[in-house]
Amino acid sequence: MQGNCGLFFESYRAEAGLFNTGFQRWSLGLFVALLLLCPLVLDTYLLSVLNLMCIAVIGAVSLNLLTGICGQISLGHGAFIGVGAYAAAQATLNGVPFLAALLLGGGASALVGMFFGVPSLRLKGIYLAIATLAAQLILEYVFLHWETATGGSRGLMLEPPKILGFSFEGERRMFYLLFAVAACTLAVVANVMRTRHGRAFVSIRDFYLSAEIAGVNLFAYKLVAFGLSSFLAGVAGGLWAHYTLFLSGEQFGIGLSITYLAMIVIGGLGSIVGSVMGAVFMTLLPEVLTAATRSLTGVFPDISSQLAALREGVFGLTLMLFLIFEPEGLANRWRLVKSYWKLYPFAH
Amino acid sequence: MEYYLQLFINGLVVGGIYSLVALGFVVIYKATKVVNFAQGEMVMVGAYVCFGLTVQLSIPFVWAFFMTLGFSVVLGLLVERLALRPLIGEAHICVIMVTIGLSSVLKSIVQLIWGTQIRVYPEVLPSTPVMIAGLPVAPVYIAAFALSAVLFGLFTLFFKYSRMGIAMRATAHDQQAAQSMGIGIRGIFALSWCIASVVSTVGGVILGNINGINSHLGVLGLKVFPAVILGGLDSLLGAALGGLIIGVLENVCDGLAKDLLGLGGFRDVAAFVVLVIILMIRPYGLFGTKDIERV
Repeated sequence: MQGNCGLFFESYRAEAGLFNTGFQRWSLGLFVALLLLCPLVLDTYLLSVLNLMCIAVIGAVSLNLLTGICGQISLGHGAFIGVGAYAAAQATLNGVPFLAALLLGGGASALVGMFFGVPSLRLKGIYLAIATLAAQLILEYVFLHWETATGGSRGLMLEPPKILGFSFEGERRMFYLLFAVAACTLAVVANVMRTRHGRAFVSIRDFYLSAEIAGVNLFAYKLVAFGLSSFLAGVAGGLWAHYTLFLSGEQFGIGLSITYLAMIVIGGLGSIVGSVMGAVFMTLLPEVLTAATRSLTGVFPDISSQLAALREGVFGLTLMLFLIFEPEGLANRWRLVKSYWKLYPFAH
Repeated sequence: MEYYLQLFINGLVVGGIYSLVALGFVVIYKATKVVNFAQGEMVMVGAYVCFGLTVQLSIPFVWAFFMTLGFSVVLGLLVERLALRPLIGEAHICVIMVTIGLSSVLKSIVQLIWGTQIRVYPEVLPSTPVMIAGLPVAPVYIAAFALSAVLFGLFTLFFKYSRMGIAMRATAHDQQAAQSMGIGIRGIFALSWCIASVVSTVGGVILGNINGINSHLGVLGLKVFPAVILGGLDSLLGAALGGLIIGVLENVCDGLAKDLLGLGGFRDVAAFVVLVIILMIRPYGLFGTKDIERV
């Protein structure tokens, strides 16, 4: 725990709790309630951004579990999301109910993730990064060429998801579905972190040798980390498939993997709040940029044709600036801001 | 059979360029332990700058080439100073991500200045093919291969005999020991980025002469990974051979996949399938330092 002033724990149970103070609990509740009211006020465009954020949060949290918490760098997260998306899409196309299809997508993705995670037993650091990069590129090739399963370059068309006959059509209904799944994911990961398994992940990240000496089965835990992370990524993929209703191989390229890595780096490695912040930030960035270029077309008429290049450049620059000036990510900044205001007039 | 021989020769030429880019990668990795994901973009920037000088400013090719080399030295220094030095001592993932960010920035700068369409270099060498082993080969291919070979020779000599080269090898071996012998580590880091940038630029110019250039040239940077893993991450000879082998392998595999399985575009993944296999059985590659460690 961060040694918060005035907080005393009398049991390990209290220290491991998700909330330390009533204020935290209440403010989170208020925040969630406000979010739930959002669809009533916001227009479709803003809601669609919010929906994208929900999916990004699931993806980012799952990658943070693997990379930030367990320390296994993965450049193949985009492809794992893709596996989940295609598996869930095929399942619903063949008449499986939506929720089961979502789990199936997660399961398929977990299997693929664990398969590519097996080398993590022998490979560390950059070797693992390169191995997962290979996984990404090989899976991308499969997405484009396994036409019976993925529709190849033509892609797959889907129907909006239905649960017990209730169709989640339109941004508004979709928001509640995506929000619920995102909240569940966050709760799962936050609680995994409190168990001995979560601590085992952290110990592997910090120093694998001492983890092993302390009795952590490295191979099993690394594999579980890959499996759990890919499972959640697959769920994100399944939701993505049923949200956009169209799938094609290009959506799950190396660029997606890099975007997710950027989310957790910008948000804060190993921090759950950080992954949420990173996901929100990285989803907002292109939207803000598009809006900015639109308002600048009066000054620079041909700026909109350069939008793709600008987006790429701003993305890269943001990433580099964060790494150089704020390597701990947004989560750390947030913590500093909180502690500043906590003692506001009497900061030491 | 002749078809495969043709593929083999194409593979050797492409492999020569992979080797050059891999050489840059290995020089950086050896000296600074940084995995450079922006190597392909450095190739691209070099190719575009040379294109801009020759075609848009109509400077004679030879002069433009040397000016591009000068530019790439500056680029290497800037990148090292601005992006990499603040991250010395940070975790692997941060360093990887900063080079990924760098690759995005370089790609975007090229796209903003030169757009996305294919640009073609003016012809420097005659286009009448030379016959080698009964097969027509364009002179530019031979020049490319020869240039790669010469550069490799030069760098091997540099690392073996020059004071600077030996200092770089010492730094790669043990930074603290090198420092206590009076070697300026920062200078070595800057130098290794310069070398990598220059070598990639040469690769980019050669590539521009063969195929023309477009803004997706940076994908080449990903092909470096199979080459360096095959050769061993910290071996120059390994980078040279790895690049050639990967170049040949992906061309021949592409041909085989098309003939036998009817699969198109296998070229792009063949190298990575090889990569996974190497990582499974011999992660330190053909010539890399064998890290003995029981996990």
